[in-house]
This record gives sequence, structure tokens and C-alpha cells, in this order.
Amino acid sequence: MGSSSSSRNKIPNAQELMRQTGFSSAHLLRLHDRFESLDRDNRGYLSPDDFEALGGLAMNPIGGRIIEAFFSSGQDTVDFSSFVRILAHFRPTDRNRNKEGTQQELPSSRTRKLKFAFQLYDLDRDGKISREELLQVLRAMLGLQVTEEQLQSIAERAIQEADLDKDDAISFDEFKKSLEKMDIDTKMSVSFLK
Amino acid sequence: MELFFNPFDNLVCILLGISFTVWFTLLLVFIIVPAIFGVSFGIRRLYMKTLLKVFEWATLRIERGAKEKNHLLYKPYSNAIIAKEPTSLEEEIKEIRRSGSNKDLDSATEFELSDIFYFARRGVESIMDDEVTKRFTAEELKSWNLLTRSNYNFHYISLRLTVLWGLGLLIRYGFLLPLRVTLAFTGVGLLVFLTSVVGLLPNGRMKNFLSEKVHLMCYRICVRALTAIITYHDSENKPKNGGICVANHTSPIDVIILASDGCYAMVGQIHGGLMGVIQRSMVKACPHIWFERSEVKDRHLVAKRLSDHVEDKSKLPILIFPEGTCINNTSVMMFKKGSFEIGATVYPVAIKYDPRFGDAFWNSSKFGMVNYLLRMMSSWAIVCSVWYLPPMSREEGEDAVQFANRVKAAIARQGGLVDLLWDGGLKRAKVKDTFKEEQQKLYSKMLVGTQEDRSRS
Repeated sequence: MGSSSSSRNKIPNAQELMRQTGFSSAHLLRLHDRFESLDRDNRGYLSPDDFEALGGLAMNPIGGRIIEAFFSSGQDTVDFSSFVRILAHFRPTDRNRNKEGTQQELPSSRTRKLKFAFQLYDLDRDGKISREELLQVLRAMLGLQVTEEQLQSIAERAIQEADLDKDDAISFDEFKKSLEKMDIDTKMSVSFLK
Repeated sequence: MELFFNPFDNLVCILLGISFTVWFTLLLVFIIVPAIFGVSFGIRRLYMKTLLKVFEWATLRIERGAKEKNHLLYKPYSNAIIAKEPTSLEEEIKEIRRSGSNKDLDSATEFELSDIFYFARRGVESIMDDEVTKRFTAEELKSWNLLTRSNYNFHYISLRLTVLWGLGLLIRYGFLLPLRVTLAFTGVGLLVFLTSVVGLLPNGRMKNFLSEKVHLMCYRICVRALTAIITYHDSENKPKNGGICVANHTSPIDVIILASDGCYAMVGQIHGGLMGVIQRSMVKACPHIWFERSEVKDRHLVAKRLSDHVEDKSKLPILIFPEGTCINNTSVMMFKKGSFEIGATVYPVAIKYDPRFGDAFWNSSKFGMVNYLLRMMSSWAIVCSVWYLPPMSREEGEDAVQFANRVKAAIARQGGLVDLLWDGGLKRAKVKDTFKEEQQKLYSKMLVGTQEDRSRS
């Protein structure tokens, strides 16, 4: 838990992080505690095996992809700022802030959430979910419980429904369109305790 | 000049003499005698309740101060960052789909692009906050315990609070600390002395009986020396002879806490100095397993000595901390498999400290032993809960590592600790793969039905 009386100073760029992510200082401190408890060797950063060590993530069918979201920029370590920035996608959308219009877009905005989900599908980051990528995600979520044919037919149906320009892949706009009625806010948000 | 001082001197001497006598009588009656017989006056619990009320008041003051400045407080003792809803996979995914489309859902259970939201959210939830039973959060107040070392909201302390803190400081360092140090010396001294005396007796039932009583008594005195308020749960599962007791490790105090409720054979390396003296005298009274430094490296030797001990049913259960090191009591790390290979019945024990009264974790890189003990003795109290879990044995087809993980998961669940899968480069335990399969099964059932449905159609 730490024995210093001013742990707020332990977090570098706390104000900046709060501004960019929208987390309150209380939440930021708690996330920092969490970061430190995951960082068992006290190195100041996390690596993929720190995430893989979590039971809840290991049993998640797309656990590997979620972990990759933290390490997407090619590095194999993630520091606290990057950690928090990724987690910020799951904050509830602040409707008030958007009205002001002056701030930069927060990670918790609707578009950014959709982008995050899109990137869970689009592994090679080419801006499109190809049939192959869709099959890979389906295989991860269903494991060995379905046959190859069933997988193919599910993927086929999904692409047909969403692919509007018929290029056999789902672009980000098509993805957005197919989910436009969805209440992304609650479904892609984690409810934080005060 | 001398005449002037003499009567004064006498008076001072008399007063000192009286206060010492009173002091020691009180000590004897209220602390040592109950320790001998294992009864409790309930003073410590009363003390704990009073402290809690004071902490509550202190927190309210801080909150008031914070509200005036319109800030949010940092609440360090709440284990939960997020609230997890206990809905099932099926319910959640249906919910997601229902909000996204106008289709009639009962018929269309096909894959939707939005299904991934459920898994993503669950995954991120477990990154932010693992499955921790909210056992402690429910009873816990988010309060400040008047120790500087655990204060994160320094800015909101009013004058009254500072006075209270100062008073607390006086009480802790001026009254409690000397009391506890006295008790500690008494306890340890008695342990060394009495075990040596008992060691002179010939082996037999009398010796075992006396050694048990002596150990228990001295550990109880040590428990009072730390003002440890321990709640034992499920005592019917207490470890029996011929078994191995396994517990999570947070501090050297764990040993005292467990040993004051039952008799165990300790395992460890022989140290020099005071520790060594204590160890050598303890082993005279009853068979503990101490290793020389050179023997520790030889795993076969260690395993042989442990299994020999376990096979002798007249010997006490062995107490082992398989993590090998002190962990900060928020998680349980990989258990070293040595103790699980022996084949004896394992009695898992979960120890969870209540951080409100003092942080019991020993960070051996930060503090030395003496420093640590001083910190412990100058906190308000050490409050912890001990759960005796039902005994476990290795099952057919399970190897030592899987068995160790099973025990670890049980301890983590009971104590409300994060169950970390491994430590270092060890392989993932097979246990978790079955959980992932469960998730996949549930999801695939939604989409394509079960095997029976498919074969029927």
C-alpha cells in the first residue's frame, strides 16, 4: 500500500493524465495501486506475462487480444501512463464534456470505444476486418466447440450483413454503421465505484 | 544539602517502587495469566471497537475538510475499484444485442459483431480488479487510522485532528510500545527457559503434554505483545498429526499467529544469534525441523526429512509457507511444489490482515527485522482473520504443481486475495484452461446449440 504520505506525487504527470483520460485523482491513485500490485518485481512497467498471470484474463477467450491492445505500439513494456490511457476507454462516456467542445476527445468517447473494439478484431491494423481476421476471433471465442463449417458460415453471415461496399471486409465506418443503434456507453463501460 | 534531598529521594523511590509493583501486577493479572490458560477478558476487542469509533470520527473530519475544498478523497482501503455485475454470459450478450437492433431476439441467436464487447469488458474488469471477495470491504469503513504512514489525504487535517493524532502518538510510543516490548521479552525469555526445562524430561506423553502447554503459553504472550486480535474461523478443520499445514505468508508474525492456536512443527533454516538460541531450545522440547544452511540446497534431503516426520503420526503437523517469501497480503503467489510432492494430507490455512489497524506486510528489502518489529509494536493493533480450510489431498492424475495451484486457489478465494497464476517463467497451470473452455462452451451454446441439439436437427 505504500507508506508515504503524499503518494499523489508518485504518479508522474498526474494532472496531465487526468486531463487526457478523464479519470479523477482518486481513481488514478487506485489504478496506480493496482498497477503496482501487478508489477510484482517493482520495475515501474508491466510486461505481457504480468497480465497473463491474472486468472480472470487467462480464462477470457480473447484475453490474448486484450493484452495485445496494451502493447500495440510494438514495445514489450507498458508504463503507467499507457496503462491508464488504455483503461480509460472503459470509462463511462462523459456527456457533459462533449458539450463544451473545447477539450480533446477523451478515450471514453463513443468513437474511441468503437475504435478500440474494432482493433480487437483488426489485428494487422490495416483498417479493415478481413474474413480471415473474423474467423480468427470467432475461433478464439468458440474454441473447439464448433466445427470449421459452422465457423465459416457464421463469419459469412456477419460479413454479408455489415459489408456495405462489398469488398469482402468490414471497414471501420461499416463497423460503426452496423452498431449505430447500440448503447455503446453502457456495454463498453466498467462501472467505477466512487 | 544532602538532608534536603534525602526525604525527597525516599519519596521518589517509594513511588517508583509502588508503580512498578502495580504495573507488574496488572501485567500479570490481565495479560500473562490469561495467556497461560488461553482465556481472554475481551479487553483487546473492546479496544478495537473504541479505536474504530475514533477512526470513524477522524475520517468524517477529513471528509468534511475535503468537501469544503471540493475534492475527491483517496480511499485506500477499499479493495474494489469497480462494481462487477454477476450476470451470466448469455444474459449479457442478449442484453447487448437487444439494445443494438430491433430484431426479435428469441429467434435470432446468431453471431453479432457486438458480442465482443462482453468479452472485452470482462477482460478489462479483471485487469482493473480481480475476483476479490468483498469480505473486508463490506465491513470496512474507508477511514484513516491516525498513523502518518497510511495517510494519503494530508491536506485536509484540521487542528482537532492533529491534536488527536498527537495524542495517539503519545499513547502508542509512550505507553503501548514499552508495554509490548516488555511482554515480548517476557514471552521469548519464557519460551527459551521453559522449553529447555521441558527438554530435560525423558521422551513420553508427559513431555509432549508439557511442551504443548509451554509453546502455547509463550506464543499467546507474544500475541499479546503485538496486541494481535485474531479471529479463528472453522476450527474444526485444524491440522492434525501427520499432515502439512500450508498458509499464505505476509510476515514473520504469521508463525506466532498460527502457533498460538495449535501446535506445529516448524520448518526452517537455523540462524545465528537470538533466533538460533530460540530455535535450539525449542527443538529440545518437541521435534521441529531445522536445517543447516548447507542442507537447504539439497532438495532430496529436505524432502526426506519432511516425509519421515509426516509418517510418524505421533509428531505434530508441519507448518510450511510455500510461497517462500513474504507477500503483501493482496495476492497469493506461486506455491513452491516441494511440500506438495510428499503425499501427505494438506491443511490449507488462509490468513488475512485487516489493514485498518496497521500494515503487517514485511518488505524485507525496505526494512530490517528489528525496524519491522518496532513498526508493528507501534501500530494500534494487528487484526487478522484465520480460516482453517478443509483438508485436501492430491488426486489421481494430478501432479504436484496442479495440486499446489488448487490449494493456492482455495486459499486465495477464502482470504479474498488475488490468485496470481505463476511466478517467473513457469508454465500456466492446466486448471485455468478448463475455465476458458467453460466460457467458450457457454458462448457456442448460444450460437449453435449443444451437441444434442445439433444431432437432433
